[in-house]
Amino acid sequence: MSAALFFFFVLAAVAVLGAVSLILQRHPIHSALSLILVMVALAGCYLLQGAEFIAAVQIIVYGGAIMVLFVFVIMLLNAGEEERTNFSRMARYAGLPVAIFLLIELAYWATRSAPAAQVAEMPVGPAQTRGISLMLFREFVLPFELTSVLILVAILGAVVLAKRES
Amino acid sequence: MVPASYYLLLSAVLFGLGVVAFVFKRNVITMFMAIELMLNAVNLAFVTFSRQLGTLDGQVFVLFVIVVAAAEAAVGLAIVMLIARNRQSLNVERVDLLKL
Amino acid sequence: MSDILTEHSLLIVSIIKVVVFVFILLTSVAYLTWLERKVVGHIQSRIGPDRVGPHGLLQPLADGLKFLFKEDPTPDGVSRFVYFLAPFLALTLAIAAVAVIPFGPHEFELLGQKTGLQIADLNIGLLFLFAITSLGVYGLALAGWSSNSKYPLLGGLRSSAQMVSYELALTLSVVGVVLMTGTFNLREIIASQHGYLWGWVPRWTLFAPPFPQVIGFLCYFTAAIAETNRVPFDLPEAETELVAGFHTEYSAFKFAMFFMAEYVNMITVSCLATLLFFGGWHSPFPASAHQVTQYLPTALFAAGGALLLWDGIGYRTLFGKVVLPVLGLAALGFAALCAVPGVIGVVQGPFWFLAKVLTFLFIYIWMRGTLPRFRYDQLMAFGWKFLLPVALANVVLTSFMILVMQK
Repeated sequence: MSAALFFFFVLAAVAVLGAVSLILQRHPIHSALSLILVMVALAGCYLLQGAEFIAAVQIIVYGGAIMVLFVFVIMLLNAGEEERTNFSRMARYAGLPVAIFLLIELAYWATRSAPAAQVAEMPVGPAQTRGISLMLFREFVLPFELTSVLILVAILGAVVLAKRES
Repeated sequence: MVPASYYLLLSAVLFGLGVVAFVFKRNVITMFMAIELMLNAVNLAFVTFSRQLGTLDGQVFVLFVIVVAAAEAAVGLAIVMLIARNRQSLNVERVDLLKL
Repeated sequence: MSDILTEHSLLIVSIIKVVVFVFILLTSVAYLTWLERKVVGHIQSRIGPDRVGPHGLLQPLADGLKFLFKEDPTPDGVSRFVYFLAPFLALTLAIAAVAVIPFGPHEFELLGQKTGLQIADLNIGLLFLFAITSLGVYGLALAGWSSNSKYPLLGGLRSSAQMVSYELALTLSVVGVVLMTGTFNLREIIASQHGYLWGWVPRWTLFAPPFPQVIGFLCYFTAAIAETNRVPFDLPEAETELVAGFHTEYSAFKFAMFFMAEYVNMITVSCLATLLFFGGWHSPFPASAHQVTQYLPTALFAAGGALLLWDGIGYRTLFGKVVLPVLGLAALGFAALCAVPGVIGVVQGPFWFLAKVLTFLFIYIWMRGTLPRFRYDQLMAFGWKFLLPVALANVVLTSFMILVMQK
């Protein structure tokens, strides 16, 4: 087994474990920590595939900003452990098999439709960041500008929504 | 060399687990986190295909997904804070009527 | 045995490097605490630690033993897993940041692997450091929350909000350097600061042609002090304000971990300031004077050794009378070793790098001894309304000047 395959299995195991832990934990803060673990494992997967810039951006933005926001909100709202609810027993008996079926179906189509294992040349190293930024400012310049407007709108929305009525 | 289908399988499994978490959890914030998990699984698929095809388009798209997820998390959590303030509970089953 | 060595030589060389670097780092952290107490003491017209060993040199050892043997109570009602996780996270992330910092230019062979004075030479070294800084917020936030007490919660929330706010200014102030050098790789950033302008000004990013990054450096250093929660930005952990902030409910070894994490962060930030703005391991003296100035390490160690000898002989305790002259002789021996022409070339790079890092650490300690602290709303207003726009302006000006110079 090559080193890359070994690392992939470790990272995949960590990611799946984190996702399962997100479901099974009762307290939202533990679910948040599990999600951070999943994100770090996925950043490792990106690194393994050679997408180093995206791996760094994933940790900086997703793991270091978005999840910090989640953790802050959980702390501020003093969220407690989940209460056990009595309704939705139907969901437990019918929902879980449907979810597992969906999972198996997705996995089947994902592995079947992947083209044969040939990897084309992708720029690595400094050329990769340069390539991404060139693409961002040439072909994708309109979505880029739109996302900046989107972020501005999100900031304004969050500020207006979270203000207390005074 | 790790075959691309392994990454796609991981992406599918994570997406499925995200759906399960979204359907079965009752806390609003945890459901939000399940959405983020689904977005992450999709990002993995994008990066895998970007490497398969040898272009950087997939990675640029991942950047956009991350940015949109950030904006959505900000506004969504502001709404969650308002819900918690108005109904004193983070349980989605208590947020089923417009009347307080 | 030898084929394990050749087959996994990369892994073994990495492990050796990690062990050596972590050992040196933790010892430096211990003696940085000694230096801080001495310097702050002298600023406040007193001597500082003086009893434990000659000139208090064994004080860090005494403190370490105290932390190990102190009782470690776990308060009632804490969330156990998160309470134990937070200090580990803080210390691990702080030490992991040192993995990409290059300490010298030379490459040498070890077990068949070519390696430099750096654990990992990443193409995205700078982004890796920012990733570690972003994750560092969790140590504080989780510590404050899991302590199940009002003051730590408030301190933890304030600390995290402060760190997240100043992280933006920190990242933006470095973008000017990245624009000018064109790479995220730390070795290449240092390599591009090679050479001299007009013969005598070193071509550091601070002075370099398209746009001297003075504003960038000042923004970076201010944001870095806020990131490491040091005076004047240390309100969340000041004793007079919130008991001790997020680490109130921690004692003994777990507190020592937070303490060490803070000093390791200081060292990382100083190293980064050195290599981004001050030329890393390049000597500040012009090339024409190199024949003479390259023997500066020799001269310094010789002077230090002589001073230690003279001080040790007249010291008041017997232990000091023995240890200090021995240290002095060791310094003189090292100076004699450096006088050999082959060795001085190897010692130059790390010597200048460490000298600049020590200067920044001294400035940190100097500020702690002299400046009063900001109030929390002043701190946040400063970060968002002043530092972030100035860092943005620096990016815009730098890119404008680069475009103009290219025409």
